Amino acid sequence: MTARRKTVSSLLLVLFGALSGCTNYYEIPIETPIQPKLDIGAFQRVLVAGFIAGGDEEVDANLETVRLLRSQLRQKGSLRVIEAEALPLAEISAEQGGIEKVAPASPSDTASTQDPQRPPILEEKDLEPYEKIFANQDYWKKIGAEHQSPLIVTGSVLFRPHTSSGFVQREQEVYDQFGRRRVVPQRVYMERKGFILRPTFVFIDGRTGETLHSETFREEILYNQNTQTPALSSFFELMDRLLPTFLNTMSAQKIRGSRILLK
Amino acid sequence: MSARILAAAFLVMTMASTPAFADARGDAKKQVEFGIQVAQRGLWREAIYRWERATQIDPSYAAAFNNLAIAYEHEGQLDKARGAYEKATAVEPDNAMIRQNFDLFKEINDRAKKDGQ
Repeated sequence: MTARRKTVSSLLLVLFGALSGCTNYYEIPIETPIQPKLDIGAFQRVLVAGFIAGGDEEVDANLETVRLLRSQLRQKGSLRVIEAEALPLAEISAEQGGIEKVAPASPSDTASTQDPQRPPILEEKDLEPYEKIFANQDYWKKIGAEHQSPLIVTGSVLFRPHTSSGFVQREQEVYDQFGRRRVVPQRVYMERKGFILRPTFVFIDGRTGETLHSETFREEILYNQNTQTPALSSFFELMDRLLPTFLNTMSAQKIRGSRILLK
Repeated sequence: MSARILAAAFLVMTMASTPAFADARGDAKKQVEFGIQVAQRGLWREAIYRWERATQIDPSYAAAFNNLAIAYEHEGQLDKARGAYEKATAVEPDNAMIRQNFDLFKEINDRAKKDGQ
């Protein structure tokens, strides 16, 4: 650094110090505590049982959701997390609800030789017949009895591909005749693809089989057509947005932010 | 004649009230400044005490209500925080910094309320 530069830097520092000395406002970090939605005082254990999952075939949304929630609850929750096989809840619900298996459509005119399967869950409306299982108190009471009456976390998770086209605003760099750079907003027509995540978390009392709380979320993410993002990576990115609210169901959370104090 | 009496009365009242107002604001400002110092050191309860004093001394001091609202927020007293923000914005509706604080508060408070339903 040259002597001249040092002098300029020092002058700037002095000027900044003088200005901050007469300031009438101060930014201050705060942490707002948010009370939990559920009183879990009666439970010592939590069982993340399994989820009715559908949508993208690349991601096993049931297994991934169970793994993720268990890991989060182990790190940030106060209850002991029960390690058990994730329930194939869609299959169980189909059996309970009498959802009939159908032969998959064959591309040729000849009769399909494949085994009949339950109807695929591709959209929100496909979940409805399966979600009746959450009201089956006897079933959940039985699951609860097998695991010493824990708090049961279950629900449904739909993770599906999504495309969208339309005008989006983005920033464009432009240079004027003197070579000065400017960033201007520009509306451009774009076709984008991505994913929608729509989980419903259901909290069940393992002693009675009764639903204590239920909450549905919807998050989506879109990328440029030429961006190649693995489905699993998008799944975790979207889940990451919901986790604080999920955890706040069972334990107090602190939301960090900043505010401005005035003189 | 009556106009002269009125003018004289107005003059007397103005002279009498201005220093009182200035004193109140000066005292309240001292409390606010001390509250800022202690809040910056993490002593939020002391800050609340100071800013509550400031709002009692000068109920038209928007900054005191703003700071009090922030302290209540930090302590998780969300209903009290909303009340203090409402008073601050009522006194200074065009203050962009108070509005920004209030908007950020509402974002969290609304989420907490929605979650609690």
